[in-house]
Amino acid sequence: MTDPAPRRPRVSGASIRWPAAGLGAVLLINLGSDLFGRGTFFRLGWREGHLFGTPIDVLNHGALIVVAALGMTPVIASGGVDLSVGAVAAVSGAVAATLVAQHGLSFAAAAAVALLVATVAGAWNGFLVARVRLQPIVATLVLMVAGRGVAQLVTDGQIVTFQDASFSYLGNGHCLGLPFPLAVAGLLFVVAWLAARRTGLGLMIEATGNRAAAARLAGVPSAAVTFYAYVFCAGCAGISGLLAASNIRGADANHAGLFLELDAILAVVVGGTALTGGRFNLLGTVLGALLIQTMTTTLYAFDVSADVAPLPKAMVILAVCLAQSPDFRRRVFRRAGRATA
Amino acid sequence: MIRIRRAGPLLATMAVLLLAFTAGCLAFPNFASLSVMTALLGDNAFVGIAAIGATFVIISGGIDLSAGAVIAATSVLVAVLVGPCGWHPLAAFAVALAAGTAFGAGMGALIHWFRLPPFLVTLAGMFAARALGFMLRDQSLGIDHPFFSMVSEAALPLGAQATLPLAGLWWVGATVIAAFAAHASTFGRDVYALGGDEESAWLMGLPVARTKVTVYALGGFCSALAGIVFGIYTQAGNPASCVGLELDIIAGAVIGGTLLTGGVGQPAGSFLGVLILGVIQTLINFHGALNSWWTRIVVGALLLGFILIQKVLGRAER
Repeated sequence: MTDPAPRRPRVSGASIRWPAAGLGAVLLINLGSDLFGRGTFFRLGWREGHLFGTPIDVLNHGALIVVAALGMTPVIASGGVDLSVGAVAAVSGAVAATLVAQHGLSFAAAAAVALLVATVAGAWNGFLVARVRLQPIVATLVLMVAGRGVAQLVTDGQIVTFQDASFSYLGNGHCLGLPFPLAVAGLLFVVAWLAARRTGLGLMIEATGNRAAAARLAGVPSAAVTFYAYVFCAGCAGISGLLAASNIRGADANHAGLFLELDAILAVVVGGTALTGGRFNLLGTVLGALLIQTMTTTLYAFDVSADVAPLPKAMVILAVCLAQSPDFRRRVFRRAGRATA
Repeated sequence: MIRIRRAGPLLATMAVLLLAFTAGCLAFPNFASLSVMTALLGDNAFVGIAAIGATFVIISGGIDLSAGAVIAATSVLVAVLVGPCGWHPLAAFAVALAAGTAFGAGMGALIHWFRLPPFLVTLAGMFAARALGFMLRDQSLGIDHPFFSMVSEAALPLGAQATLPLAGLWWVGATVIAAFAAHASTFGRDVYALGGDEESAWLMGLPVARTKVTVYALGGFCSALAGIVFGIYTQAGNPASCVGLELDIIAGAVIGGTLLTGGVGQPAGSFLGVLILGVIQTLINFHGALNSWWTRIVVGALLLGFILIQKVLGRAER
């Protein structure tokens, strides 16, 4: 892969080239298998007033990762990382389900409380990182370890199930023939994109991630930017937790959002945002999340067991990391190396 | 001041361990027995052995998320080699240790030569090891071999009521060897230098590449050894076991005074850190009415406490 304009100074990792290429490749494989009559990936149908088919499933299940990854993007771009996403999602789902099922609250009130709890968790992370100045991995490790315990405490170790119609609509309902989670993820993307790119916020996040001290001298309130990035991330994790709970009409404190933080980080990095911070691309994040989900779904379609499915995922992480690593390009593609030098 | 920074967290770890143990003794009459202590050593040996490898990796400035998955995969590998393949357990152990070491070295090579973030490479390693375990055998496989039963029952008699299981002895032995490697060998010095400042270490002419790859290879070796101990402990290989164990391992190292920023830490601290996790688990088991999730919450709180202590000590030094 050669750069179309090698002399142009390379903008580090905010291009959607790689995730788009990856997603295209996986879709092509599926198209091929469909054409040769072995797969049914692209077979769409219309039943009971809504669209169904594998691509719709991908979007439906991928919405969970998309939402979490959209929250993770500003955190990583500002030079941090949030390991507590899965645990916060579990807490949020547990709080909402318990309030609806055992305390008779309406869904709206329960969801508001759950999201409030999630943002408090995010504020805690943000406080530790921005004010106490702990390393982000360390600061969020605390909630990653303790959070799932809190979720189990809330549900008393049980799987709390509920019957509430509006809560189950969130994860299982349809809107304009499409699954409702898609609308949630789409709305969140539009809001995040407008906030990041139609105001100075995105630039401030990138400046903080590039060099926090320089950003501060340039007048960027980098401590506040970092703090609110964690709050936003935890809020998104809370929404994912609600979606996950709604999907199974219950809160499973042990398994809800398990490894969600890893999928989210993976989606962001595959989407072209460097783990060291700096430039980010929200569309890349969405493509990265969809790539992960498409791959998982494709593997299931090819009868790969759920237990072995992580192996290709590991390969993709490595491939994308290598593709983005300047050292790898220098060693392997000498020409690309000269172009960047 | 450097000495305080080094000894401070270790002293704090010891104090917490003593405190937790004393609390147990006061609350439960049976707690202060030799059998509880030997059980602590035996039950937590595999976590502790893996934590030794994690300690070196973290001191060098990296992180290893693959430990839990490698432990599970190793236990399956040993079970498959001993059971269906009919190998002698010792041969299976040798292959498992070699495989674990090679796996770790591979991750280390990727991290060093392509400057990939350790977090992502070992995350990929975690997914890969988990999947490889499932590919070998998709469910738990019991190990039935005379040598295995002999090793699992072998124990050092301590007085009339208690015996120290072999696994506990391995853990103590591995910790002693690791302490020597960390504090009295050139390798140990290189690891601390690498974690302190990689560029300075390189400018001083230390073998950065070799040290980094060796550290991850050591991590893989320790995880494989932990997998063998786990296989002996459970008499089975289970690909679905030890999910999230890497968190406990890292928490044990941090509670033991290892700084996640690198350059500071010691194997003896991780030994105490993992023991603290074990004492908390035992306390909660003894209590009966407290549920297992309290373990996670208490461990999280402890983790926070130790991170803050380290932060304060680190600031005092500057």
